[in-house]
Amino acid sequence: MMQPAESRGEIRSASGDPTPAAYRFSHLDALEAESIFVMREVVAEFERPVLLFSGGKDSIVMLRLAQKAFAPGRIPFPVMHVDTGHNFHEVIEYRDRRVAELGLQLVIASVPEALARGLVTEAANGSRNRIQTPVLLDAVDKYRFDALFGGARRDEEKARAKERVFSFRDEFGQWDPKNQRPELWSLYNGRHHPGESIRVFPLSNWTELDIWHYIGREGIPLPSIYYAHDREVVERDGMLFAVNEFLAARDGERVFTERVRYRTVGDATLTAAVASDADTVEKVIAEVGATRVTERGATRGDDKVSEAAMEDRKREGYF
Amino acid sequence: MTAVAEPTSAQRADLLRFATAGSVDDGKSTLIGRLLYDTKSLFTDQWEAVEAASAARGDEYTNLALLTDGLRAEREQGITIDVAYRYFNTPRRKYIIADTPGHIQYTRNMVTGASTADLALVLVDARKGIVEQSRRHAFLCSLLRVPHLVLCVNKMDLVDWDQEVYDKIVDEFTSFAAKLDITDLAIIPISALQGDNIVTRSPNMPWYEGPSLLHHLEHVHIASDRNLVDVRFPVQYVIRPQSTVVTDYRGYAGQVASGVIKPGDEVMVLPSGMTTKVASVETADGPVSEAFPPMSVTVRLEDELDISRGDMICRPNNTPAVAQDIEALVCWMDESKPLTVGAKYSIKHTTRTARAIVRELHYRLDVNTLHRDDEAPRLGLNDIGRVKLRTTIPLLADEYRRNRTTGGFIIIDESTNRTVGAGMIIEAS
Repeated sequence: MMQPAESRGEIRSASGDPTPAAYRFSHLDALEAESIFVMREVVAEFERPVLLFSGGKDSIVMLRLAQKAFAPGRIPFPVMHVDTGHNFHEVIEYRDRRVAELGLQLVIASVPEALARGLVTEAANGSRNRIQTPVLLDAVDKYRFDALFGGARRDEEKARAKERVFSFRDEFGQWDPKNQRPELWSLYNGRHHPGESIRVFPLSNWTELDIWHYIGREGIPLPSIYYAHDREVVERDGMLFAVNEFLAARDGERVFTERVRYRTVGDATLTAAVASDADTVEKVIAEVGATRVTERGATRGDDKVSEAAMEDRKREGYF
Repeated sequence: MTAVAEPTSAQRADLLRFATAGSVDDGKSTLIGRLLYDTKSLFTDQWEAVEAASAARGDEYTNLALLTDGLRAEREQGITIDVAYRYFNTPRRKYIIADTPGHIQYTRNMVTGASTADLALVLVDARKGIVEQSRRHAFLCSLLRVPHLVLCVNKMDLVDWDQEVYDKIVDEFTSFAAKLDITDLAIIPISALQGDNIVTRSPNMPWYEGPSLLHHLEHVHIASDRNLVDVRFPVQYVIRPQSTVVTDYRGYAGQVASGVIKPGDEVMVLPSGMTTKVASVETADGPVSEAFPPMSVTVRLEDELDISRGDMICRPNNTPAVAQDIEALVCWMDESKPLTVGAKYSIKHTTRTARAIVRELHYRLDVNTLHRDDEAPRLGLNDIGRVKLRTTIPLLADEYRRNRTTGGFIIIDESTNRTVGAGMIIEAS
């Protein structure tokens, strides 16, 4: 009869097998191999893929993976930035530098421009989170993109935890969580009718910590705001927001200088900084490894609207 | 290269993917919550959100199921709809949990979660013992060839940590498992609620001499689960830069499905059957001396052959079948239309897409009794049956039991584009 103690760590190897000890593969290598596989599948099967590039760390890692997937050739698709107009200048400079270095085509889906031509109107509270979606979908239509690489990870948020690597979107860009295609083995189904598209998330299985380990291992440069620096901030809803041309202190809010860094980078009015002394990759890794709050929980005003804020936005066609 | 840090132990950790099966009643969510909590992978804002949501629903305790049940409909109906993925780390490993719901669309979700799993974790309630659902879980794990199975006998606190209860469940389960193809089985008595035998050995069950669950997950030997014998390299994409800097470059990009590929190896390319040698195996970081699963690499060959996506590089004396007649077990996943004889579908197998017609439906399998119904006219949602397919172009196929990558395929409805079935090849000719 089988006993658990005996089955533990038992080595089962068919006779003649090469010894597997020599074929160790770290989890970062495994994640990298999976992401590269996903990107190659898309380029092989789609006509007009595009990579959503915000200048945030996840899209920066995604771009590095794209470089690796098609080396020594160039990245065979353009990148697109959905620009709310509320940007950190360090991030825009990084974006433009990176795109130039890699010789990529950059498509900017601009919210200010969409506001000017009346595609969207400013929300009452001034937040451009929700009005990004029509701007994104408009650009998808205009350029007839059929696959959009996004840097979303499943560890970020519980709606994302249930989204496929190849996420089907109808002609309105909408996600239907109850009607997702089963995803088995590494067989991704990217079939779609004209007008429909697939959002592809090559970093699905990466965690925030994996991203940082990879940035460290690969020596990938990031916008400086990811590392500790002094900044004028106000405390709002328990989070630290930078005071700048987009965000002024409200009555009663005290402006003070704090040593901070950004854990996520997005719209400058919605993304909060965290108090931190981590000014190197190693220190950030140590900090992320010890933190007790998720990155979106710590830094995103937009997710605090309701339990299902992310799900609702995805249903509308959000990233 | 000055900025690159030395690999830390966290960077050297390997990856274990496991699927969990069981219903909320078996304490599965509690167990996952416990693993996340005890490995410090559960964050305070997540915990607070779950506490708040539990209180709002009027739950008497913090309902850990709400951690994974993120969708609106799930919270409203108190059910789990879909496979949820969760992540945690220990110093030795990173873990990906595919958490599959216990009841709704059970087979579809379990098959999906198990398809990529190194290990499956099945839960039973010590008070109830092995029930129909436990057998079904174990059967599906063996069907999908998940290499390691762990049966957690949960709620031992509710049976006074009684060894006899455990022994009886072990006896019953092992005699059932003997009928299945299960290569590695561990059975661990636990209390997910109280944390017994989860991270450390429980003082409440001194009679149990095996490892704690986390210890088992950290140490279970998965390196030799990979097939390192049969060289199978499905060509995914041909890299041929149109560039003045890189000229005359032609490389075949793909992920090694099995086997070890080295420069100088004599290889055969299917379906053409042409042979040549491997000139080099490359990655963006430079050439490598060998490639093994699951590496994504670019293979360059000595001779210029006509090779495209969907072709396969293998060894001349060890090839998959080049076959249009496929015998397979199929799990049907579509609620709108059943599988019927004569129907035509699209098939995705490795990087190759073919059309196929269902020639025969031999039987439908009852996953609870393993009884075969030879008279079944169709396969409906969550049914499993053996079919014979004829494909328009040959598949480069192995038996699923020998190779999960070159033995598995998905079935796609050509009008709706939905993934309607999953197939595991038994025989290809």
